[in-house]
Amino acid sequence: MGDNVDDDSLYKIKEGDYVVLKRGDVFKAVQIQTKKKVIFEKQWFFLDNAVGQLYSTTFELASGGILQPRKPKDPESSTDTKGAGTDNRNIQDDGKSQKLTRDDIETLKEQGLKGQEIIQQLIDNSSTFKDKTEYAQDKYIKKKKKKYENIVTILKPSCRILAMMYHGREPGKICHLRYDTLAQMLTLANIHANSKVLVFETCAGLVLGSVMERMGGFGSVIQMYPGGGPVRAGVESFGFPAHFHDTLHEFPICHLNALIAGTLDTTAKDPSADLKESDMAAEVKTEAEVKTEAEVKTEAEVKTEAEVKTEAEVKTEAEQKGSPEEQSMETNSGANGSLVPKKEEEEEKRREAKAQEKKVKQEEKRKKLAAAASLLEGRNADGLVIASRFNPCPVLMALLKFLSPSRPFVVYSQYKECLIECYTKLKEQGGTVNLKLTDYWLRHYQVLPNRTHPVLLMSGGGGYLLSGTTVAAERSKPAALRRDEEPAPKRQKVTETEG
Amino acid sequence: MSFVEYSDCIQDGDVAIVYLGHESMTPVKVKRGAQTQTRYGVIRHSTDLIGQRYGSKVTCSKGGWVYVLHPTPELWTVNLPHRTQILYTTDIATITMMLELKPGSVVCESGTGSGSLSHAILRTIAPTGHLHTVEFHQQRSEKVLEEFKEHRVDHLVTVRNQDACKDGFGVTGVADAVFLDIPSPWEAVRHAKAAMKKHGGRVCSFSPCIEQVQKTCEAFSDQGFEDINSIEVLLRVHDVRTVYLPLPDFGPDPSAQIQPDSTITPPQNHASIAVKTTIPPRDVQGHTGYLTFATKPRT
Repeated sequence: MGDNVDDDSLYKIKEGDYVVLKRGDVFKAVQIQTKKKVIFEKQWFFLDNAVGQLYSTTFELASGGILQPRKPKDPESSTDTKGAGTDNRNIQDDGKSQKLTRDDIETLKEQGLKGQEIIQQLIDNSSTFKDKTEYAQDKYIKKKKKKYENIVTILKPSCRILAMMYHGREPGKICHLRYDTLAQMLTLANIHANSKVLVFETCAGLVLGSVMERMGGFGSVIQMYPGGGPVRAGVESFGFPAHFHDTLHEFPICHLNALIAGTLDTTAKDPSADLKESDMAAEVKTEAEVKTEAEVKTEAEVKTEAEVKTEAEVKTEAEQKGSPEEQSMETNSGANGSLVPKKEEEEEKRREAKAQEKKVKQEEKRKKLAAAASLLEGRNADGLVIASRFNPCPVLMALLKFLSPSRPFVVYSQYKECLIECYTKLKEQGGTVNLKLTDYWLRHYQVLPNRTHPVLLMSGGGGYLLSGTTVAAERSKPAALRRDEEPAPKRQKVTETEG
Repeated sequence: MSFVEYSDCIQDGDVAIVYLGHESMTPVKVKRGAQTQTRYGVIRHSTDLIGQRYGSKVTCSKGGWVYVLHPTPELWTVNLPHRTQILYTTDIATITMMLELKPGSVVCESGTGSGSLSHAILRTIAPTGHLHTVEFHQQRSEKVLEEFKEHRVDHLVTVRNQDACKDGFGVTGVADAVFLDIPSPWEAVRHAKAAMKKHGGRVCSFSPCIEQVQKTCEAFSDQGFEDINSIEVLLRVHDVRTVYLPLPDFGPDPSAQIQPDSTITPPQNHASIAVKTTIPPRDVQGHTGYLTFATKPRT
């Protein structure tokens, strides 16, 4: 019944797709490229066999790095356990319970035994296994499975998966933004289709990508970016259809003052073009810096200047030939040093072509800037999301000007003090209501018959959020705002009990 | 005005949120000729609201003023008439991300309750998705449909008055995600599975009691769901305050008396320092419910 557009072709893995590899709780974003070695969880393999299979398929790793779709018949194929003990009073930790040695196990592996079979061998050769309680047996099998089962599941990327992946693997790259905090941001900022949203982030593109996913290719997103070029490695990992990128605009914050003052010139071929060129040349320096910062993938946008472009191109080449991992989210910047020396004439020709291309690119960049500027000039954006390593207060104050009244905004910071500053400033200045400074507490549970309890480890903190709603600007009337939020202290005494 | 699309100006028939001051808001149905009483005086809809820009300040008859805000699902959650226990924004945000909702998603929900989560789902799945929501209480299902119409989201939702545990969701093989907030979710798990796409999808169950979680997890596992994961998310609010801490008086310090006595001022009795900090509210919500998520594999 229902609309059976459940067409399998929609769910097939294709070459060039951005996917996420999963084993247990570990994720890794990669692009499907044939004949390319991928390293995941200390094992290398090729993704060639994944092409044409369905998403969410689990593969077994065969020798030679070949992936084989796992037979559906053995879900949790039972391990033979033969009885169980009642408690651990008779179990000694003498290191002698396992009769198989490290070498024995290696031999088994070499014989091509599957993970499941190795685990059975381990159980059969354990003198204490049968005395363990059935709960302990469960735990033992689970532990060994993790170690010996060579499986990997290929998933379609989503905001949930990528946010969990970044948080687990490289929290430093996303300013330690925990996935549930990101979830709050998207909701508090009322991100939805057919709106105009401003995003300022230094979270590798994760926040931007999440906003784009929630907008589904309807409306427009303007990425306000610092430095030479927008960072979007994370956005690529989402694998959005091409038309999503038409909704994405970018504006360099180094032109923000000019835009606010109304002096930003985005017209073509005028006397100030020279001036702008030198301006851009300055930018390129920072672009180069940005690149060395191990934030690859900005390239697409960075290709504005000839030199940088050549570099970028050579780099892409090097990427494709050399280090296979480059395309994954692990962005090691070391691998691009392998510049192959070219012949001089070739170089000459190249340079000319570049010069031409440079002009075209520059024109494109100018058009883009003009488009973004015209989107901003209306000062009627519907939402603002900030998540960066920058001091949030000046960013917030500058970008709030571009929101319509009665629109939500949310600012993330790893540190509460920065947000207290934002809060204080907004209170002084007026123009916002419903200000709230929050953080979130996230706890996972183990749920098993008679063994349900919170998981032992939990995240100590997921960062802080300041959220609020804009209202029509007030001609400085800060005193009036006193009536909400912070009550004026009545007496000066130890005010632990603030009313 | 619509809950899925912003407009700039207030129009006849809109639902607007009147902001009266800290955490104090009230929803208003805008109607030409109507009036709304507030503690700051009367708001006359025809002159004070209609045609005004959302977010503007409105001066009431007694001289006090309020802001008129555009409705959002989040503002609705804190302003809606409670007919049941409702889900709050912290849980809603987590549910939305973990169910992977986005424009175009087809979602099943039971029960509809007061519609707090429903509005948030509709916001996220518009303009191309659909919500099938099931509520076994007839009056509630009628009331919520009325609200969906007022909020101009009724084209995105089907409300069914039936029991999800007995009769399921009224659709088969179409849902990307299913949400359960009912007393015995384990009885609806097989219906959830049937409602979902062949390719698979995500499911969530919200339960306040751990015993419910236990049973639901067993049911998910029995029905072949994978990646079963139970979590709890709590909101922590930090109220910004300036506090004044008195400084202790240790009496005159003989070792510091190097300078001539003339410059020494007598120690002040009430010397204190101001500290900008945050304090937690006295009482906070310490538990809402456990959220159990799972993935339905391809079947």
